[in-house]
Amino acid sequence: MSVFRSTIPDVAADEPMVQLLAADGTRSPHPEFDAVLAGSGLATPERLRGYYRDMVMIRAADLEATSLQRQGQLGLWASALGQEAAQIGAGHASREQDYLVPTYREHGVAWARGIEPWRLLELFRGISHGGWDPNALRTHPYMIVLGSQAPHAVGYAMGLQRDGVVGTGDPTTDASVLALFGDGASSEGEVAESFTFAASFQAPVVFYTQNNQWAISVPTSVQSRVPLAQRSRGWGIPSVRVDGNDVLAVLGAVRSALDSARAGNGPMFVEALTYRMAAHTTSDDASRYRPAAEEEEWAAKDPILRLRRHLEQQGEIDEQYVTRCDEEAHDLAMQLHHHIHGMEDPDPVRMFDHPYAEPHPIVDAERAEYLEYISQFEDEEERA
Amino acid sequence: MSSTASNLPIAKAITAGLRDAMTADDKVLLMGEDIGPLGGVFRVTDGLHAEFGSQRVVDTPLAEAGIVGTAVGLAVRGYRPVVEIQFDGFVYPAYNQITTQVAKMHNRTSGAVNLPIVIRIPHGGGIGAVEHHSESPEALFAPTAGLRILAPSNSQDAYWMTRQAIECEDPVIMLEPKRRYWVKGDVDPDHRPELTPWQARVVRPGTDATLLAWGPSMPLALESAQAAAEDGIDLEVIDARSLSPVDFPTIAASVRRTGRLLITHEAPVLGGLGGEIAARISEQCFYHLEAPVLRVGGYHLPYPPARMEHAYLPDLDRVLDGVDRLFEH
Repeated sequence: MSVFRSTIPDVAADEPMVQLLAADGTRSPHPEFDAVLAGSGLATPERLRGYYRDMVMIRAADLEATSLQRQGQLGLWASALGQEAAQIGAGHASREQDYLVPTYREHGVAWARGIEPWRLLELFRGISHGGWDPNALRTHPYMIVLGSQAPHAVGYAMGLQRDGVVGTGDPTTDASVLALFGDGASSEGEVAESFTFAASFQAPVVFYTQNNQWAISVPTSVQSRVPLAQRSRGWGIPSVRVDGNDVLAVLGAVRSALDSARAGNGPMFVEALTYRMAAHTTSDDASRYRPAAEEEEWAAKDPILRLRRHLEQQGEIDEQYVTRCDEEAHDLAMQLHHHIHGMEDPDPVRMFDHPYAEPHPIVDAERAEYLEYISQFEDEEERA
Repeated sequence: MSSTASNLPIAKAITAGLRDAMTADDKVLLMGEDIGPLGGVFRVTDGLHAEFGSQRVVDTPLAEAGIVGTAVGLAVRGYRPVVEIQFDGFVYPAYNQITTQVAKMHNRTSGAVNLPIVIRIPHGGGIGAVEHHSESPEALFAPTAGLRILAPSNSQDAYWMTRQAIECEDPVIMLEPKRRYWVKGDVDPDHRPELTPWQARVVRPGTDATLLAWGPSMPLALESAQAAAEDGIDLEVIDARSLSPVDFPTIAASVRRTGRLLITHEAPVLGGLGGEIAARISEQCFYHLEAPVLRVGGYHLPYPPARMEHAYLPDLDRVLDGVDRLFEH
């Protein structure tokens, strides 16, 4: 036997996956997460109906956004179809005082944090690079340079430590940070560096990966030789893999991890196995790299259908509620449609507004030059 | 707050600036490699760990992207991180964070988030070091909107630029002249200078030509002016001080008086900041120029091994040669 050893006995070994809701809606007990869910009130029938509604709403907004892109109203759209449970669950698992650090495909997380879908569309339409105040909504801007947001999450968590809002024993005021990134971004060096900082300083941050199987066209097997959930363990960061299409498993794992982090126990890592049902973006063609059979296989594991089946089996949802959700979702899509179609382009001079927080002579001079330049054309229009 | 005027090396003036900023605002914290008990490889943070503790003087893991990236998160949370990059050549692992995150977050959030981060980088060559310890990367940062760059050349500027960079609501890169760290100068911490950190300074008035330099090149510029004076050429010497924004009005006013401009910097001439200055001054002062704007700087090469660096770096003879060429027209 070689002197070289791995903490992981067999790199090909499967990582167990925690699942509370099977694809057919059957509920399995899970002592640890059941206790978290019961104690937090996150899994009452009313809350579960709410998650169902959230998922239906955000899927409708997502599909409408794809339509808007096809109509030429958005430059691009990155669909999160199929990841609704992973996102709605994580969003609601966070507490009000927590800070969330998303990628660009976290529409369900944004919804759960109260960010209206039209604000997300501003970015994809090209109205602004980000449509909300991160501190007011305690949600970082969408991140497009993937992985770059991970150290921001750790730094924010280091700030929480210095502010004395970690480990006081009061989970209603102690705060933690949820750092979101995908299976592809998990290969970025900044994610590895973030693990290092978080572990060394025991920062109150939970790393949360939605492993949706594909980084555009490259499967997760190219990103990692070992299951992603095993990666953080080398840093001494405990981790768990959950079924990302199971909103209960996501809620249990993320709330549990965030509460552990806010209690001062250091970082944790959650891998949620899910599936990107649509192409990477509206510019992508998934049929070039993945088999239709795989898409069908995952369609049967649909997170929304699963929760509905569970609620039906429990007798906690009726046809009327389902219909009302569908109607509300339709209304939301229509509102988005009209909002975006009616959106006026910003005056281009606004691009000079915010490169710097303090006055800057070069920017001021170039803004003046720009205004003088375009004023010639206004004069011409007046003469004409 | 700080005591009284004193005579300090540049490194210690920065230490004093950091100490006074940390005393004035408890949101100011320092991060970097070996900056704690060791006091940094150049001892710029010497004593601060003992004074302020490990929550405010943070020895980080050896990971530049992580250092700058966590500083972003701390700044979003309301802190004012001052990051030390150990050497100029080690800033590149953090280049993504600096250019795509630090520089753009304020704009990305439509002004909602300010990132008052200071990134201190010992910069420049002439210290006989191994590869990656002698670089002048200002032209890799100056074109990136959202960043500001200061290059102090003396102790008084080093103290006040440190204070003012930390007070600034925008991210600021401080290029510290590492080979001048131990050159002493007077520091008056009690009286805020009239000149803002973003303004250039005419350090030697002259009539025949303008010589522009910054940071570690300033002693060379003044030495050159003295030597030129012996040849009967009266050089006006300007310390650019701020490399983003560059104070073009002060430079242009000087060139309108002298009609000639020579720029010297350690960075390669090709694509160097001197090129942008030459272009703007040529445009703004075209009818006042008696000669093309000339540049003396490094060559289009990787920074050479230490035993050859004397030939790569601008020196007195090369600057004077440049001055002579200004008068060939």
